[in-house]
Amino acid sequence: MGEPVLVVSDLRAYYRTSAFGIEREVRAVDDVSLTIEANEIYGLAGESSSGKTTLIKTIAAAIQPPLEVLGGSVVFNFRDRRVDMHGVDRQHLDAIRWKNLSYIMQGSMNVLNPVRRIRHAFVDFAFRHIGKPMPLFLAVVREHLERLHLAPEVLDAFPHQLSGGMRQRVTIALATVCRPDFIIADEPTTALDVVVQKSVLAMIHEIQRELGSSIIFVTHDMAVHANLTDRLGIMYAGRLVEEGRTADIFRAPRHPYTAHLIASLPRLGDSAPKKGLDGAPPNLAEPPSGCRFHPRCPRATERCAREAAPMASLAPGHRVACFYPEPERSA
Amino acid sequence: MSGALLDVDNVVRTYSGGLLTRRRVTAVDGVSLRLDAARPEIFTIVGESGSGKTTLARMILNMIAPSAGTIRFDGTDLATIRSSRARLAFMKRVQPIFQNPFESFNPMKRLDRYLFATGRRMAGLSDTTAIADAADTALRSVGLSLAEIRGRYPHELSGGQLQRVAIARALISKPALLIADEPVSMIDASLRASIVNLLRDLRDRLSVSIIYITHDLATAYYISDRIMIMRHGKAVEAGDARTVLDDPQHPYSQLLKQSVLSPDPQHRTVGRQGGSSHA
Ligand SMILES: Nc1ncnc2c1ncn2[C@@H]1O[C@H](COP(=O)(O)OP(=O)(O)OP(=O)(O)O)[C@@H](O)[C@H]1O
Ligand SMILES: Nc1ncnc2c1ncn2[C@@H]1O[C@H](COP(=O)(O)OP(=O)(O)OP(=O)(O)O)[C@@H](O)[C@H]1O
Ligand SMILES: [Mg+2]
Ligand SMILES: [Mg+2]
Repeated sequence: MGEPVLVVSDLRAYYRTSAFGIEREVRAVDDVSLTIEANEIYGLAGESSSGKTTLIKTIAAAIQPPLEVLGGSVVFNFRDRRVDMHGVDRQHLDAIRWKNLSYIMQGSMNVLNPVRRIRHAFVDFAFRHIGKPMPLFLAVVREHLERLHLAPEVLDAFPHQLSGGMRQRVTIALATVCRPDFIIADEPTTALDVVVQKSVLAMIHEIQRELGSSIIFVTHDMAVHANLTDRLGIMYAGRLVEEGRTADIFRAPRHPYTAHLIASLPRLGDSAPKKGLDGAPPNLAEPPSGCRFHPRCPRATERCAREAAPMASLAPGHRVACFYPEPERSA
Repeated sequence: MSGALLDVDNVVRTYSGGLLTRRRVTAVDGVSLRLDAARPEIFTIVGESGSGKTTLARMILNMIAPSAGTIRFDGTDLATIRSSRARLAFMKRVQPIFQNPFESFNPMKRLDRYLFATGRRMAGLSDTTAIADAADTALRSVGLSLAEIRGRYPHELSGGQLQRVAIARALISKPALLIADEPVSMIDASLRASIVNLLRDLRDRLSVSIIYITHDLATAYYISDRIMIMRHGKAVEAGDARTVLDDPQHPYSQLLKQSVLSPDPQHRTVGRQGGSSHA
């Protein structure tokens, strides 16, 4: 394998606010390190509010106050350039946006400008990167929309005239039409029915394969991870707690949080919901001491309340942050 | 027709001049459904993206009017609800949870104020501690608390947190009917199980009826009493949820069931191991 496309080292990003004179520090991303290779789909899952969106915002350098990067680095090796995301200026970031790196934000169906027709969004973002005269450019866009099961007429619509799932597909089309080296997608298929979702995932996969590009795909839908991703990172309370090949994580999760997550997956035909985790999700302004999962963990000991286990390799390519990982299971 | 909490009779909704500049779009095309007042239930609507689910929900919420057909709530035709008093009385009893939490809150407005305003307007509370208590109770039922939300704006919460605030807000007025448009699509499996259990609880303990719009067939299977499957503005199949999902009759319902992805990397149907990449 060549040089990784993305290297994230010891990344730390907090929200720092003050309300009613009280300083608050939400430790949304704490010491996260990961690398992503060319031609790889990396999935990110984890509890709601565990910091997934914050992590990828930080990776994409979409940082706005009160979010602050307190440490670590994010370096991309794109095909034509190397970019230290927190060391370059805005202009430089604008130059790589859409062409090298595109970012589909969570709930992004509402970033479309409500008073402009969809056509303008494509012209604004993609026209200069595609480098074709307008009629040809629009033909490319129409063809691309068709792959997402959208009629070309959506170009003439205003966002509010489209259904939730249609808007979501428009943002996927925007992010993929320039065929970037790297795509970051945050819950991009939540509003789609399963039939459309399947073909949208197939399209994303096809583009990825054609170009050998890489993708970070964030979703709660573990079935999507099982079907699409090569590797999977699991976050809990601002930290990456497990990472490995998708097949290994599903077959033999080692971190107790991951084990719970996998065990609680709903399947069609279940006659009762699986049990949720006991206890409340941690408050990241005052995270638990030691391992942040220890108050809810069936395997925790006193040591876990004092110390946080660092990410360590249990097997080649499989890292876990736990002193007492689940025993290895064979297939 | 007495005994119906909600009676949707052959409603149609068209849009003109919009998406397809010359053609009219028939977003909902002759849909009927009836919820019994004496038997609270979870009525699930699933279906194709763009099939009219949200449009139907907005008509039931009296946010838009049907182009044809009628909707009655508690025997009252929604078209006759005009005065602001009547509107408020209706809104107290029928509460929405919208599809995208990022769209359903005003980004400039603090969430606690939003909840307090709801308590004041919808639940008729005037005492500040009672209002705060009502907000806190509602937030706790979805795994949050007033302390966590206080002073914060919508963009300061994660997607799942914001969606839970939306659910809490809908519960404050103790409605008889909840219209939940994809309430759990941005929530992890564990919290999703708790929220789905909460919906079931609302039905069983507080006799709340729920119209639950979702793409998640696995949760639909275990919480729904009845299900309706929509495509192109029409109901293609409806009935007892388990009967329909165990043995769907309409070709579209069958396709929908077949397309559910398995949470098992050994059986990929998208991606690496070839598989069908068409829908
Ligand atoms: N602008 C902000 N100001 C203060 N806190 C914030 C802000 N945005 C997010 N947070 C907090 O940071 C934490 C992590 O949020 P984030 O959106 O990264 O979670 P997530 O894993 O993406 O969750 P979800 O799956 O629900 O989308 C949460 O506790 C959230 O409340
Ligand atoms: N204000 C509007 N003007 C014109 N067309 C509209 C308007 N609102 C909705 N439509 C159209 O009506 C149809 C149904 O939309 P609706 O939002 O009800 O679908 P849905 O079933 O909720 O889909 P999804 O699962 O994607 O949310 C779509 O074709 C949409 O483009
Ligand atoms: Mg998020
Ligand atoms: Mg909808």
